Amino acid sequence: MSEKYDVVVIGSGPAGYVAAIRSAQLGLKTACIEKWKDAKGKGVNGGTCLNVGCIPSKALLDSSYKYHEAAEELAVHGISTKGVTIDIPAMLARKNKIINQLTGGISGLFKANGVTALYGTGRLLAGKKVELTDNDGAVSVIEASNIILASGSVPIAIPVAPVDNDIIVDSTGALEISEVPKRLGVIGAGVIGLELGSVWGRLGSKVVLLEALDDFLAVMDKAVAKESKKIFTKQGLDIRLGARVTGTEVKGKEVEVTYQTADGGELTETFDKLIVCVGRRAFTEGLLAADSGVEVDERGSIFVNDFCATNVPGIFAVGDLVRGPMLAHKGSEEGVMVAERIAGHKAQMNYDIVPNVIYTHPEVASVGQTEEQVKASGESYNVGVFPFAASGRAMAANDTDGMVKIIAHKDTDRILGCHIVGPSAADLTQQVAIAMEFGSSAEDLGMTVFGHPTLSEAVHEAALAVNGSAIHIANRKRR
Amino acid sequence: MAIEIKAPTYPESVQEGTLATWHKQAGDTVSRDELIVDIETDKVVLEVVAPASGVLAEVLKAEGDIVLSNEILARIEEGTVVAASPAASKAEPDTDVGGVMVNPAAKKLADERNIDLSEITGTGKGGRITKEDVVNYSPAAPSAPAAAKSVSADTDTTMPVGERVERRVAMTRMRSRISERLMSVTQSTAMLTTFNEVDMSAMMGLRKQYQDEFTKMHNGTRLGFMGMFVKAAVEALKRFPLVNASIDGTDIVYHGYQDIGVAVSTDRGLVVPVLRNAENMSIAKVENEISSYAGKARDGKLTIEEMSGGTFTITNGGVYGSLLSTPILNPPQSAILGMHKIQQRPMAVDGQVVIRPMMYLALSYDHRLIDGKDAVQFLVAIKQLIEDPAKILLEI
Repeated sequence: MSEKYDVVVIGSGPAGYVAAIRSAQLGLKTACIEKWKDAKGKGVNGGTCLNVGCIPSKALLDSSYKYHEAAEELAVHGISTKGVTIDIPAMLARKNKIINQLTGGISGLFKANGVTALYGTGRLLAGKKVELTDNDGAVSVIEASNIILASGSVPIAIPVAPVDNDIIVDSTGALEISEVPKRLGVIGAGVIGLELGSVWGRLGSKVVLLEALDDFLAVMDKAVAKESKKIFTKQGLDIRLGARVTGTEVKGKEVEVTYQTADGGELTETFDKLIVCVGRRAFTEGLLAADSGVEVDERGSIFVNDFCATNVPGIFAVGDLVRGPMLAHKGSEEGVMVAERIAGHKAQMNYDIVPNVIYTHPEVASVGQTEEQVKASGESYNVGVFPFAASGRAMAANDTDGMVKIIAHKDTDRILGCHIVGPSAADLTQQVAIAMEFGSSAEDLGMTVFGHPTLSEAVHEAALAVNGSAIHIANRKRR
Repeated sequence: MAIEIKAPTYPESVQEGTLATWHKQAGDTVSRDELIVDIETDKVVLEVVAPASGVLAEVLKAEGDIVLSNEILARIEEGTVVAASPAASKAEPDTDVGGVMVNPAAKKLADERNIDLSEITGTGKGGRITKEDVVNYSPAAPSAPAAAKSVSADTDTTMPVGERVERRVAMTRMRSRISERLMSVTQSTAMLTTFNEVDMSAMMGLRKQYQDEFTKMHNGTRLGFMGMFVKAAVEALKRFPLVNASIDGTDIVYHGYQDIGVAVSTDRGLVVPVLRNAENMSIAKVENEISSYAGKARDGKLTIEEMSGGTFTITNGGVYGSLLSTPILNPPQSAILGMHKIQQRPMAVDGQVVIRPMMYLALSYDHRLIDGKDAVQFLVAIKQLIEDPAKILLEI
């Protein structure tokens, strides 16, 4: 039995479900296949992001931050707190409730938009057909005029630290830890490592992050990365750079980790729990039949052009499955672009203005080029920096770590990049991202009226600082 | 009542034009016959004036847009011109220019630099004019070709000394067109050049002897060389009709008239106004026409009709110092005569070395049509006619 659709999406993570909803909105007959199952074996939408990624981690970050604030940060306000405790199972239950709400929400959105939700494993065959093996094992073949592959990514496994989901866990397991580990090791001090390390660190773990690279947050703007490291170290996160793990040994309820240091020495450390988060890779296992015709690149991602079309006409791929930053919103916008292109619109995506955020506290966020990238391109530029320590609103909130940094082209004043570590960095960066979409110069932001007292004003002042006219900090002598 | 402002009717040879410059913005008051907008075509800049007085209400085309013949460009709300009404009747800062959004810093900078925002093409989202666009805008940019503007495209070539900078400037429509035509000539014709030299002493003697009388007789028109060269060319073309012909597909079209194009160099490029039926023109008339064309060309006021057609062209690189060159054909013509600098040279005349004012002549021709022998003999004929002007008179 062969059903025919205009669009079949394989995967219902943020890239897949958004592509499916948009297709349906544009009048295309759409189906979305999802293989994720909950504990009861029921099909669940939302992919990594909703189930074991963005959403649950943010829920735990907020819960743990509130605990930390209540336990440590209220005395300065004159509030005394004693015996603040946190019920980990309750914290996890709240996280799970949010997940259920959102994944259920996707099913609701599918219904509302007329997307046919299919549950099971989807495999791309030749000739624009998809083989569906449903959760009972029944196999059927679906025909489609267009197929969007959105099977996402999985954590990269390293042989020296094999995940056993008990003592050694990956990011998924890290969201289910049932009691606060006394000593927590984290392999990889990237976005995920910092976030998960922050959660358990706030709840009482002594956290050590082992980062193989010599630079902290190597792809971020160096000045902001440096400031961030200072802040996280002050918070108690022990970040060790140039630390390459060479072996792990689980001994009962603890694990001994051996790693090489930057100067060639070797050290060992014992932890009660070890989280492995060294990155993610595109997930293509079982996705493509041998004769599907779709090409995979050397890193295992599906090869696509600027419009997410694969080498096979009518087959597209989006999200973590393809090149580019592995960010949910990047996947979603690619999903929208592909759906619209299938419907005949001339949609395209601006890959140059994609914000990215680390949801620690303070948040770290950036959009556009780093100072190092601008320098390497040979363009001359100006920089404006405003520290939150000079922001009235930040002082009132007792949240003054960090700064806003804006980079603009020297001659045209066009904003090239914005990098923020500080309170609400994500939302402030978004403001600059919007301005950049409209070709804004630093002066344009400087000419915009910002409410007072807000954290946003830090953006305003940094923009003014680019051209030496900041009011609330001394401007660097330039002209 | 709304009145439409339309692009003029283009002559047959012109397909489309580009809207070059708006001299008025939406909301401006305009008077009848006031210059509103310039449209640039391959050959000329057409000026469009207001057909009536009123307020420029709707601007439908932006600078840089393609404009077809008779296309509606804007509308005027008719009415008596209200004297001294404040231009900014809008409550907030005037950030709109003819419907295009302008970023705040862009407007500020444009005001400071006295730049007319209507001359800038916005590169921001939705065509917005960004500060970058204003910073990068220089009035020397070829988007304002109207001859009335004093700055010409090539004068702003000052580059900072010692830096390896580059300046990228889009070609004007005219330049692009010239570029296309020359490429196509090179590729579609079998162009060769034959050379000869002419002793100008007879012609120069004639000029010296009769200049005053000529000028008096012909109301101030001076006797130059072009008049006589055109006459010589006409005479030679009558004897070699193939040189006056053109190829059309697989046919050879023999023209029963001689329309001689005379190349004139202007700031914006080479233009070739045509002397129609030159075979019927007196030398004085030729001189007059050429002089009038040269003036119009410099002012950018040559019409398309004046530059169309032509069966043969004469170009003179000598005024710039060229001693010898290979002129390029002016399609669909099959030949072009190149005049050069007159240079005193030692020549052998009757066994003696004498100094003569010599000019090299070049005839580029399309070998598909004209064989070497005909080209050479044609050029020899011209040489003989120039060296002995009586021959022109006597048609021998």
